[in-house]
Amino acid sequence: MKQRSAHRILCVSTTWLLLTGVLLSTVACERKSGGATDTTGDILVGFYGSLTGDGASFGQSSREGAELAVDELNAAGGVLGRQIRLLVEDDQSKPEEASNAVTKLITQDKVVAVIGEVASRRTLAAAPIAQRYQIPMITPASTNEKVTEVGDYVFRVCFIDPFQGEVLAKFAYNDLKARKVAILRDQSQDYSVGLTDSVAQHFGRLGGQVLPPVSYSSGDADFKAALTRIRGEKPDVLFATGYYSEAAIITRQARELGMKMPILGGDGWVGDALQNGREALNNTYISNHYSGDNPDPIVQNFVNAYRKRFNREPDAIAALGYDAIKVLADSLTRAQSTEGPKLRDAIASADVPGVTGQLKMNAKRNVDKPAVVQEVTYAGGKVTFIYKTTINPG
Amino acid sequence: MDTVLQQLINGLSLGAIYALIALGYTMVYGVLRLINFAHGDVYMLGAFAGYFLANALDLDASPSIAGAIVVTLGAMAICGVIGVLIERLAYRPVRHHSRLTALITAIGVSLLLEYGGQVVFGANPRFFPQMIRAEVYSVGGVQITNQNLLIIVVAIVVMFGLQFIVHRTRIGKAMRATSFNLSVAKLMGINTDYVIAFTFALGSALAAVGGVMVALAIPRIDPLMGLMTGLKAFVAAVLGGIGNIPGAMIGGVLIGLLETWLGATAYSTYRDAAAFAVLILILLFRPAGIMGTATVEKV
Repeated sequence: MKQRSAHRILCVSTTWLLLTGVLLSTVACERKSGGATDTTGDILVGFYGSLTGDGASFGQSSREGAELAVDELNAAGGVLGRQIRLLVEDDQSKPEEASNAVTKLITQDKVVAVIGEVASRRTLAAAPIAQRYQIPMITPASTNEKVTEVGDYVFRVCFIDPFQGEVLAKFAYNDLKARKVAILRDQSQDYSVGLTDSVAQHFGRLGGQVLPPVSYSSGDADFKAALTRIRGEKPDVLFATGYYSEAAIITRQARELGMKMPILGGDGWVGDALQNGREALNNTYISNHYSGDNPDPIVQNFVNAYRKRFNREPDAIAALGYDAIKVLADSLTRAQSTEGPKLRDAIASADVPGVTGQLKMNAKRNVDKPAVVQEVTYAGGKVTFIYKTTINPG
Repeated sequence: MDTVLQQLINGLSLGAIYALIALGYTMVYGVLRLINFAHGDVYMLGAFAGYFLANALDLDASPSIAGAIVVTLGAMAICGVIGVLIERLAYRPVRHHSRLTALITAIGVSLLLEYGGQVVFGANPRFFPQMIRAEVYSVGGVQITNQNLLIIVVAIVVMFGLQFIVHRTRIGKAMRATSFNLSVAKLMGINTDYVIAFTFALGSALAAVGGVMVALAIPRIDPLMGLMTGLKAFVAAVLGGIGNIPGAMIGGVLIGLLETWLGATAYSTYRDAAAFAVLILILLFRPAGIMGTATVEKV
């Protein structure tokens, strides 16, 4: 009797386990609206980002960059004689919340344009909504190629992963003299998957050997099995194409396994939690959007203003958030209107100097900008990115 | 050969983590026949208690073994109290209802701690202070860190400690009696309320040890960290034979080895599913688990 009821409880528990997995998904609910915009009062601009959760550093940096740009514009008299007001929504680092946030910004708050997200997966979840309502969306930092292919209302102010992968592959092959590389990718992030493909393709084209990529998922914390397998293949360089919080743990565990080779990552490594890689971060390199020590006055003005306002060093994500607002403001002025289609056309012909380079929209709604390669170092409890080289597109 | 040995070490390190948590699951089940689903979340609270204590002592800047021991003991005390509170407030009122009621209550407590944790601690992951700096020992091409070694040693010590408490002490005898028959144990003059509270305090303190040790080796902690790890530890307990203390150890190590083996193949992304496939198979073919038998009394 005792045994039977115990068995039954085990079975019930099992069922519960399986059910919780299935129930962890939500459906965005949407409302139809006219989408008419006022011509008086503040200009409402929506911002959505991962202010909390795994990608919190992305959301906070891009928001701070955007806020700084909005404040500067408003202090200088605003745009079209009106002030800009940024409405901020948190998507908790979840794609489904990203689409909810954008739906709310467009249908309830009636924003004229949307800024966000950083992680490509979340931008890809939200972009179709902006497209459907014909509200322009500018993503500061989503580098996956597919993002702007969603539709003609989706723009970005950063380079794309096919180029970023080329930069990383060239740096590994030419500067680090690597001939055999391994890649660890986050298969739950479009960004990491796209960047992995691009690195593999370009490194192969240069004549190097690429081992089959090993996959993990965001939130994993134990990479030793995968790293040990990679170690057995003795690659010259390891690529970790995912985001910063996993990158911190991957570098640590790689060093713990005695893997001393350089570890390379993309712009997804730019986040506060990267510092938890500690000493393991030495001998790692990333491709990035800008370097804070660039003497160009536009960069230095931004860096100084940001330091003054937020009391910390701006990262590349903050710089891109700033640039996204600058493109939007310039386009509003040229469009002389806040209507979606007119604003869209103006953004499509944007050509504005930005902190991260010249922001000139091409026919695919991307910008062609150079990338910098930085060496990551850790000393005295602080991560520093040291400028190594600039690689131009084309 | 290096690789195979290294994977074995990796699997053992990971398995020891599951074993440490599975021990707490199995002990509470042994006494109460209750699957305490909140156990994984107490483990999370243990990690957070350790996080705040270690930061209060500023152990990240000045690591010390003594400090680490203080932090671990502090986290154990905090979680022990939380365990007693959970038992008193959530489980005792439904103790004489059906087992299913208790199980559902346990799920409720688990969700309360997870989402309550998000309210109190925030949803952002935090990084655990390095109160013991990682050192790598290298033997013949195989690497292990002092932190992973510590987890393995602690898991083994805890297993023997529990065996000793349950089989060689007065309170252990009372636990076994309570497990055997609650009302008869009461008639024999055993304060069963006390015994059950003690069981929860001990189990929760063990979860705290697990939380602190794991956070040391894998430093990212967040309020939902107990969910997946707790579920896998539960599977480990079932695999070993739930209620059986050495079984929890064996089950934990087996799950760890299985995940590591899968993680090194092309199917690495299915590693989370492996534990649950094992659960289904074990319930179908050997519900009593590896070490359990249908007749032996379990504590």
